[in-house]
Amino acid sequence: MTRENLVNILLAVALLAAPLAANALGQAFYVTLATRIAILALAALGLNLALGLGGLVSFGHAAFFGIGGYAAGILAAHGFSGEPILFGLPGTVQMPVIWLVAVFTAAVVALLIGAISLRTSGVYFIMITLAFAQMVYYFAVSWPAYGGEDGLSVLVRNQFPGLNTMVPLNFFLICYVILLVAIALFALIRASRFGAALQAARQNEIRVATIGIGPFRIRLTAFVLSATITALAGALYADLNRFVSPSMLSWHMSGELIVLVILGGVGRLFGPVAGAALYVAFEFALGSLTEYWQFVLGLILLGTVLFVRGGLLGLFAGKARHG
Amino acid sequence: MDKVMAEPVLQINELVKNFGALRATDGVTLDLRPGEIHALIGPNGAGKSTLIHQICGTLRQDSGTIRLAGVDIGALSTADRARRGLGRTFQVSSLVSEFSALRNVMLAVQAKQATSFGFFRPVMRDVSLIEPAMAILERLGLAHRARLPAAELSHGERRQLEIAITLALQPKAFLLDEPMAGMGLEGSKALTLFLDGLRQEAPILLVEHDMDAVFTLADRVSVLVYGRIIATGTAGEIRRDPAVRTAYLGDRA
Repeated sequence: MTRENLVNILLAVALLAAPLAANALGQAFYVTLATRIAILALAALGLNLALGLGGLVSFGHAAFFGIGGYAAGILAAHGFSGEPILFGLPGTVQMPVIWLVAVFTAAVVALLIGAISLRTSGVYFIMITLAFAQMVYYFAVSWPAYGGEDGLSVLVRNQFPGLNTMVPLNFFLICYVILLVAIALFALIRASRFGAALQAARQNEIRVATIGIGPFRIRLTAFVLSATITALAGALYADLNRFVSPSMLSWHMSGELIVLVILGGVGRLFGPVAGAALYVAFEFALGSLTEYWQFVLGLILLGTVLFVRGGLLGLFAGKARHG
Repeated sequence: MDKVMAEPVLQINELVKNFGALRATDGVTLDLRPGEIHALIGPNGAGKSTLIHQICGTLRQDSGTIRLAGVDIGALSTADRARRGLGRTFQVSSLVSEFSALRNVMLAVQAKQATSFGFFRPVMRDVSLIEPAMAILERLGLAHRARLPAAELSHGERRQLEIAITLALQPKAFLLDEPMAGMGLEGSKALTLFLDGLRQEAPILLVEHDMDAVFTLADRVSVLVYGRIIATGTAGEIRRDPAVRTAYLGDRA
């Protein structure tokens, strides 16, 4: 077993064991904290597909995170009130349906944003994804039907067949299983033909085009896949907080996701988990001491970028190897 | 004689490319016939690179046509031209540097199979990629270096890997941009021998500064000066051509 696999297993076990222990000790708050880690890790894992494997520095992934959140919020609001959304289509409080809607909506939006943004690269790509995300943000702010600037509450957490989602541990387990499935999917994609083409296009676009693989279609597919995973995380995040607001769509959120990926290790399988765990731990431990906790986080990010290029995973598991 | 009469694989007609007031490609007409090595030579700044960029699609010509196997490819993307059978190597090795030599070739095999949208099967357990890639590496004597990242290969090995990748594409025409560059005497000799046999698989448009290699290999030579082809002929004809002697070869011929 490689050292990276060992670190990965440790992370996966720790993320499961901590809330189980907390639950046994009656500390529900820590279960919620672990749920937050799992959801943020899932969102960052989505970004890691585009950023880590494809080298696509999207500064607009908050748009997909927020779209997932609003999909949950809006469907739940209608599902609760019984009023149809559009053309007589009903809302729903069933999580699996909400997830499907979130994923599908994000895929359509990502296809549009990606098809335009991916014609640029480098700084222009960063700026154009930011611009699109800001458009979605201001749309949400100025849309009074669903709370506008004030956001939208999800009165009762949405339901999952056979589980009481209001029990914190149950909801954690839902998020945890989804995270593991997404990690497995990420590993499969990374090792596949598509993954090979995507990673090669990041390293040498001209080479990939010269052998007859058009980088655009590969990247667009990766961008859409990436957006759907982040949107799924957004839907879960709405259910965790039982609240959706435009802040989920703001550029701070996009930046936060990038920070999680870099902290954990760009392109690393468990990078987002490590990044999210560190981030939430800091937010919790230092956030109670000072409201300037992000200053310390900034220093750590600086240290990571300057001295530990591979992020936390690079620090503990060494350099990534390609076969 | 059959060879000369056959339909050209690659045909470039009246190609023109301007950069502002500079005419970098000035009405170039050039063809590549089955089974031949056609060398393109010319002093630095003659516009060889610009011409290659246009053939491959990284630059778009202002006017003129480029046909591959009878099909106009002048408006296609680089990737589409490669899929239609244009196999190109680079003057400065252009590899996927974190990937092993094997994976670089496997990617080309995958591209040839047109199956880059597989999401679940791991490539490193896929014999339909590994076996053909290994066979090509063996052919070039690189098999023992297959698992090394491209970045860790020596200069000469990187040049050979470039050719291995292009072989994996099984192209209709090879476009080799200074394959001998920096290879050393032994390396150049070995590569010359290799290319000599390669012309039977597909014709080669060879851009090269190594005159020994050019005059050993080329069935025909075209001389490019200031964006114009000033002469095309057999090695002997080119050696004797007075215009070529003044413009390029100097006393070496």
